[in-house]
Amino acid sequence: MPANGAPTKITQGSQTKGGIGESTLRPDGTLKVTGEFAYSSDMWHEDMLWGQILRSTVAHAEIVSIDTSEALALPGVYAVLTYDDLPTAVKNYGLEIQDTPVLAHGKVRHHGEPVAIVAADHPETARRAAAKIKVDYRELPVITDEASATAPDAILVHENRDDHHSGHVPHPNIVHRQPIVRGDVAAARRRADVIVEGEYTFGMQDQAFLGPESGLAVPEEDGGVHLYIATQWLHSDLRQIAPVLGLPEDKVRMTLSGVGGAFGGREDLSMQIHACLLALRTGKPVKIVYNRFESFFGHVHRHPAKLHYEHGATRDGKLTHMKCRIVLDGGAYASASPAVVGNASSLSVGPYVIDDVDIEAIALYTNNPPCGAMRGFGAVQACFAYEAQMDKLAAELGMDPVEFRRLNAMEQGTLLPTGQRVDSPAPVAELLRRVKAMPMPPERQWESSEGADVRQLPGGLSNTTHGEGVVRGVGYAVGIKNVGFSEGFDDYSTAKVRMEVVAGEPVVTVHTAMAEVGQGGVTVHAQIARTELGVAQVTINPADTRVGSAGSTSASRQTYVTGGAVKNACELVREKVLEIGRRRFGSYHPAWATAELLLEGGKVVTDGGEVLADLVDVLEGETVEVEEEWRHRPTEPFDLRTGQGNGHVQYSFAAHRAVVEVDTELGLVKVIELACAQDVGKALNPLSVLGQIQGGTTQGLGVAVMEEIVVDPKTAKVKNPSFTDYLIPTILDTPTIPVDVLELADEHAPYGLRGIGEAPTLSSTPAVLAAIRAATGLELNRTPVRPEHLTGTA
Amino acid sequence: MRVNFTVNGRPQEADDVWEGESLLYVLRERMGLPGSKNACEQGECGSCTVRLDGVPVCSCLVAAGQVQGREVVTVEGLADYARQRSCGTGGCGTSLEESRQWQAKGTDSRTGEGTELAPIQQAFIDAGAVQCGFCTPGLLVAADEMLERNPDPTDADIREALSGNLCRCTGYEKIMDAVRLAAARQGGAV
Amino acid sequence: MDFLRPASWEEALAAKAEHPTAVPIAGGTDVMVEINFDHRRPEYLMDLNRVGDLCEWEVGEESVRLGASVPYTRIMENLRAELPGLALASHTVASPQIRNRGGVGGNLGTASPAGDAHPALLAAGAEVEVESVRGTRRIPIDEFYKGVKRNALAADELIRAVHVKKADGPQQFSKVGTRNAMVIAVCAFGLALHPETRTVRTGIGSAAPTPIRAEAAEEFLNAALEEGGFWDNGKIVTPSVAQQFADLCSAACNPIDDVRGTASYRRHAVGVMARRTLTWTWESYRGARRNIEGAA
Repeated sequence: MPANGAPTKITQGSQTKGGIGESTLRPDGTLKVTGEFAYSSDMWHEDMLWGQILRSTVAHAEIVSIDTSEALALPGVYAVLTYDDLPTAVKNYGLEIQDTPVLAHGKVRHHGEPVAIVAADHPETARRAAAKIKVDYRELPVITDEASATAPDAILVHENRDDHHSGHVPHPNIVHRQPIVRGDVAAARRRADVIVEGEYTFGMQDQAFLGPESGLAVPEEDGGVHLYIATQWLHSDLRQIAPVLGLPEDKVRMTLSGVGGAFGGREDLSMQIHACLLALRTGKPVKIVYNRFESFFGHVHRHPAKLHYEHGATRDGKLTHMKCRIVLDGGAYASASPAVVGNASSLSVGPYVIDDVDIEAIALYTNNPPCGAMRGFGAVQACFAYEAQMDKLAAELGMDPVEFRRLNAMEQGTLLPTGQRVDSPAPVAELLRRVKAMPMPPERQWESSEGADVRQLPGGLSNTTHGEGVVRGVGYAVGIKNVGFSEGFDDYSTAKVRMEVVAGEPVVTVHTAMAEVGQGGVTVHAQIARTELGVAQVTINPADTRVGSAGSTSASRQTYVTGGAVKNACELVREKVLEIGRRRFGSYHPAWATAELLLEGGKVVTDGGEVLADLVDVLEGETVEVEEEWRHRPTEPFDLRTGQGNGHVQYSFAAHRAVVEVDTELGLVKVIELACAQDVGKALNPLSVLGQIQGGTTQGLGVAVMEEIVVDPKTAKVKNPSFTDYLIPTILDTPTIPVDVLELADEHAPYGLRGIGEAPTLSSTPAVLAAIRAATGLELNRTPVRPEHLTGTA
Repeated sequence: MRVNFTVNGRPQEADDVWEGESLLYVLRERMGLPGSKNACEQGECGSCTVRLDGVPVCSCLVAAGQVQGREVVTVEGLADYARQRSCGTGGCGTSLEESRQWQAKGTDSRTGEGTELAPIQQAFIDAGAVQCGFCTPGLLVAADEMLERNPDPTDADIREALSGNLCRCTGYEKIMDAVRLAAARQGGAV
Repeated sequence: MDFLRPASWEEALAAKAEHPTAVPIAGGTDVMVEINFDHRRPEYLMDLNRVGDLCEWEVGEESVRLGASVPYTRIMENLRAELPGLALASHTVASPQIRNRGGVGGNLGTASPAGDAHPALLAAGAEVEVESVRGTRRIPIDEFYKGVKRNALAADELIRAVHVKKADGPQQFSKVGTRNAMVIAVCAFGLALHPETRTVRTGIGSAAPTPIRAEAAEEFLNAALEEGGFWDNGKIVTPSVAQQFADLCSAACNPIDDVRGTASYRRHAVGVMARRTLTWTWESYRGARRNIEGAA
């Protein structure tokens, strides 16, 4: 099997080097640079078939008939399945609400919805067969926005809802609604000397991970199936797959294959069930690989949003109140919409102290593409809007925008609009101070003795300006993101850690189901094991479902939660090892009973540094193994009426300063620099921390100036499902990203660490927008900002 | 149809190739060389970059039949290619970088430990330029070729040369570091 | 699908005569995307990579004969002096990888209004050499584009080369895209000064169903330059003349709204590019004149 199925061994020097705090290198680095690392799309099996999905060509329609006979007759075709072929009564799946059909049943609700699946001996045969399936649609009117969704005669996207949100929503086309009210907004509003209002629009962003959705399902002799898959959460997939197949979970084995990026887009299922169904039907291994076109239809996107905000402030710059209404377009299926609503509402105030608030966030059901998790998850859209508001207020007050923010910045002890007290460092003002203090990039770097270097100007290689119309602007933003799953979710992870002696050396093996999607969790787990167990050689086993759930690789949570689980399991292993040591050697040295004992450099040592025994001698052929679940502090749901509740466990803060140069005549933008200051609590691997911050920053840059899935409002069809027309930043669009890392420990978290992956994606976008506003003097209430918006030609 | 061509110095033959297949598909699905990646298949991401008769191209845009009789180098052959190049330019056996690599032990099939790497590959690992790694093979082939042409590139040169390779994870900063590092090591070793 | 591999130009012509539906493939930039994404399943695919002379160019007295498959990278590197507009346009094509394989033959064969070479070829003044077993003909570039992705080729003809006049004056090319590299033109503009004939020529991409020239703008500018004696006195083109030229270039556009940009933006941007490229080329012309005078 070509999976990265063998354990990854990590060997370091003779002392326990390579522990936390060091920039140890990725254990999978060599495989990745030689092309040997097996991603899900690289899987291959003797006799394997290729799966192909037929997707709807319209957004909203009744299916009058499906005729598969011609497809089945094509030589080389092994199976063609539709809804009618699903083996059990469970025909839907979903992260929280099981509203997504495995294959369309009577109706399609969005452009690109799976209708039928084919298995054939060559991908071209499978494509030809899919093209021969005849589907007769009777088109229905499309619901594309709040007005059409909540109109009195609106068609219901989902009839007969009985999910747990259906009881409290004001309309069946609203997935979930979360209000948050606190204080007395009317009274606070009267104290305001200035009031600013804004209506903001956030476009639909795609995760655009490079590794396409793909996997290989292999039927097994016991009637089960083994799925090699790129996902963010093996056990969540398993929970959704097994009932549809009619198999007990232990007959659906899942192994994580190489994951080519995720960013939220692999939290939902894509081709998992389809591949398994085809494999079980044909008795042959089935591989499915989306192409880029299909990938745009095959995963959920970031919710586009309309946000209405009102803020007030006193003349001396203190925020009085905030009112906001956030409308998120969830598209045709719920996916993570309810949780996105929870985040958007509870973080809508931003990292500021405002006692009097009136907040409402909703997610709609529409016939637009389904939206769900993407890096920043509800907090991104809000940050774009409230940071624009902060700049507007500062301008109204004649204050410096950074000083205005600092004056209102939250800190440890601040009460959030949900009534929850922030109980760990919240260095918002300090991050702003730091990012402002970073040296500015020199002006007109594009000038050289040989004329203008267009590569450093707006328009780049396209040679649109040699300096004409180019104006520099600087903008700032800061954001707050929750870490981990909130609102009472049982957010745990499981780690199995074993210590044994192999070839005369103590060796530690770490086994979790954590999805390594590129973030470097495997690097960090080995570092934790070295630090806790003082053993140089650590083996990281491949992630699979033979060990308990690790939860999702999302919400900036894996280093915290699975890292915490590994740390916890290591501590339990250490206790057991010391117990064995005491049993064997306790009588030889009093320190075994009296001193604080550590494992370091393959030895048991006292905290004073005295060596008591070699681990090899302590273990003497014994193997110590622990598998244990670990949880962060519990959270609570938000009250459905007031939004009150201790819903979050930790927060992550980043601030950005964007320096842009705008060709004001052509409306083209070159981001010159995106400086970031972020508090990471404790940098377990500083190199990886920088990689996360710079990568997240760049995704925020993308949605500021170029990234948007464009949906035709008349047909709800996607207009740009390709890398030709959905643009992500190239290396020529991406500036230098200097990073100032602050490490203020969160005493509640392992090693004091803070989840870091998402915060930089929040503030990057509004900082770029602020800089463009500064350069152009335009209001710019939507993102991404296109040349049309800068030139009055929209 | 049948296609014969040279991949990483070895003659290869592919049978029963469908005429519409790309070089990328043949490499990945017929030759067991999945290192070249299938991220967009429309020439917009560079993850499938290989050298065709020495020139970096998107293998997704080359019809399989077009490579009949030609030479292809993929990421899997990059280390060999770089080693032969340094031999060809008189650097053979003298480079510190090389001697360090030659000291490596036998390959560990599980981690690739001990694998001989091209300088650009080592630099990508050392600089933290690899996250999910899906863009990495294409970037390595493109960056290696740029350093061959331009051993002392400016930052703007690096950005231009790599502007056909998308990366979604890193924000490119560590990729810039890696190429600068490889250039510096290359300069220091000669 | 059949894959044809003609070993020579004559074989290619014979194959095309026998199979007029055969789709020629050279750089693959357009054809392979259509095949990869199932937009096209030609009966015959004809590889032109084996026809060596398509990748060659000759610099003659008057003009350059550029083989249809000469990669854009070669044009950028080797023909900057002779074909400065086309060299600049070549530099904006897609990515380095694609520039290494694609050539003007592909742009002309596809005849998309967004092809980067078109505005430069229009501005420089080019002829497309096409051939079939029936014979050779040269199609002036102004008569080559017949509609959205339609050109003047007969079913049995192949593009062999383009003949482009060597630059007798400065040329410029600008293209607007919403990214700083690897981007399809939202719109593009090419401008060439021809001091020998005291004329200017333009080319506009992605702002009409086909690549076009802004003829009224050219005529206006030719007259204005002549009247003011600008070619001789080398004065700065007055801002009002430049602006009127720009406005006329905008007016020449007949763009659409699409996912890449609005019609209104395209018109606006073409005007800005027209004004800027006029400024750049004219400055360069003045500089060259001063140098000549200084040397004399």
